[in-house]
Amino acid sequence: MIRGKVAIVGAAETSELGEIPDKSQLELHADAARNALADCGLTPKDIDGVATAGESPVGIAHYLGITPRWLDGTQVGGCSFMIHVRHAAAAIAAGYCETVLITHGQSGRSRVGVGGFPGGPATLSGQFEAPYGTAGPPTVFTIPVLRYMKDFGLTHEQLAMVAVVQREWAGRNPRAMYRDPLSVDDVRKSRLIAYPFHLLECCLVTDGGGALVLVSAERARDFPKRPVYVLGTGESSETPMVSQMEDFTTSRAFRVSGKAAFSEAGIAPGDVDHLMIYDAFAHLPIYGLEDLGFVPRGEAGRFIWDGNTRPGGKLPLNTNGGGLSYTHTGMYGMFALQESVRQVRGTAPAQVPGVHISVAHGVGGMFAAAGTVVLADAPG
Amino acid sequence: MPEPRRPLPRPTPETRHFWDGARAGELRVQRCRACGRAYFPPRPFCPHCASGDVEVFRASGRATLYSYVIHHRPVPGFTPPYAIAVVQLEEGPRMMTNLVDVAQTPEALVLDMPLEVVFQKQDDAISLPVFRPARIDRAGFKPAGKPT
Repeated sequence: MIRGKVAIVGAAETSELGEIPDKSQLELHADAARNALADCGLTPKDIDGVATAGESPVGIAHYLGITPRWLDGTQVGGCSFMIHVRHAAAAIAAGYCETVLITHGQSGRSRVGVGGFPGGPATLSGQFEAPYGTAGPPTVFTIPVLRYMKDFGLTHEQLAMVAVVQREWAGRNPRAMYRDPLSVDDVRKSRLIAYPFHLLECCLVTDGGGALVLVSAERARDFPKRPVYVLGTGESSETPMVSQMEDFTTSRAFRVSGKAAFSEAGIAPGDVDHLMIYDAFAHLPIYGLEDLGFVPRGEAGRFIWDGNTRPGGKLPLNTNGGGLSYTHTGMYGMFALQESVRQVRGTAPAQVPGVHISVAHGVGGMFAAAGTVVLADAPG
Repeated sequence: MPEPRRPLPRPTPETRHFWDGARAGELRVQRCRACGRAYFPPRPFCPHCASGDVEVFRASGRATLYSYVIHHRPVPGFTPPYAIAVVQLEEGPRMMTNLVDVAQTPEALVLDMPLEVVFQKQDDAISLPVFRPARIDRAGFKPAGKPT
């Protein structure tokens, strides 16, 4: 058990977010990394472990001048960074390294210094999905939701409400890309992208990044900022092809990852003060709330509609505004982790009072993978 | 200028039977002789019980509509709005496809509606299986039910 043995001592995002045409993707990693190192008073020479996705950890280490003893290039989509936290905690506990830097940087909007997407006509998705007119996440991630709506009675208005509530949180966050209040009607009248999803039910496309520094709990007290302890973690995967999910109304990867994280942390959903669920599209918080055990199956749409996740509600969710309103570079998981760290430190723009335990849950690909991290203000 | 085409599959040794079947107007999927379950996409072993004792068979072509989106943005080879669907075959496996001979609207596309396969020739090598509302007599046909 790694519970409480490792802590996040440095955390920061890129200096800017949104549209950053003057920085390459690699430099976005470096900008976030240097900010996170400054946050904890370290330099690249102090780092001996590097994890990243989107770029090779070899390239990040070399660019920053790090001589690593431990590398993790796990790249399973936007939740890769949750999984990096998990692997880093295990590596530090095992003595493979002492000080891990995890970086994210993505020029999702400006596309400066960006490699191509993997895949091609001979891959399974190239053979069995692409010929039918899939065109990226809006046409693929979204396919399960009509089945969920039919089986559980989720309404179009409840789906739209996810975006409305997250905009409420974004309105309290000066760094959020979109901050003006929204109504359910505004969401429903926005352009149809892929029925039943409207533009405002799809995430932003931005540039930006973030980085974390992790050390053992023993060392964590010697750093300038209050340590944020890693209480429990989980990871899993299901399928690279959305059409092959076992059940379109629930994510197996979410369930396996969430259960592992909660079990290691020794907590139940009722113990969680603050929650981040990766929201590339409006249905993801609905799946996440159910698959992590916060609400019974089929009730998450109503739970959000009733105001439980909005400012002042009993389960504050996606308090930075989320991928729908704050930022979404492509692999958003790092930003969910950053907001969880801020909430546990007590430094978030839309700070929730008394956050002792925060959960950041990420998705990778289109329901392909998942990573879950339970963070706390005490080692347990 | 030629019309832009949709992306076409490039078969691999493991998937060759599927695309050869589609070119011949047959929907060929696989079944495990050990556990009896049908599966898709192709691979030379059973994803349920890991047995290598598997066979290719011709599926009935009957399916039900499991879920879909209707895409409203332009994509090479498609005229929006068009549905990208996942259908559940009578034999159990699901696959992504397009829906033809039916309006691409939420009103016309009702989940669990019965469908049947037809093949659209793309070139000499590739025909794609797509599905249309079922027309044939379906005595004994069991639509996919709500998951339990």
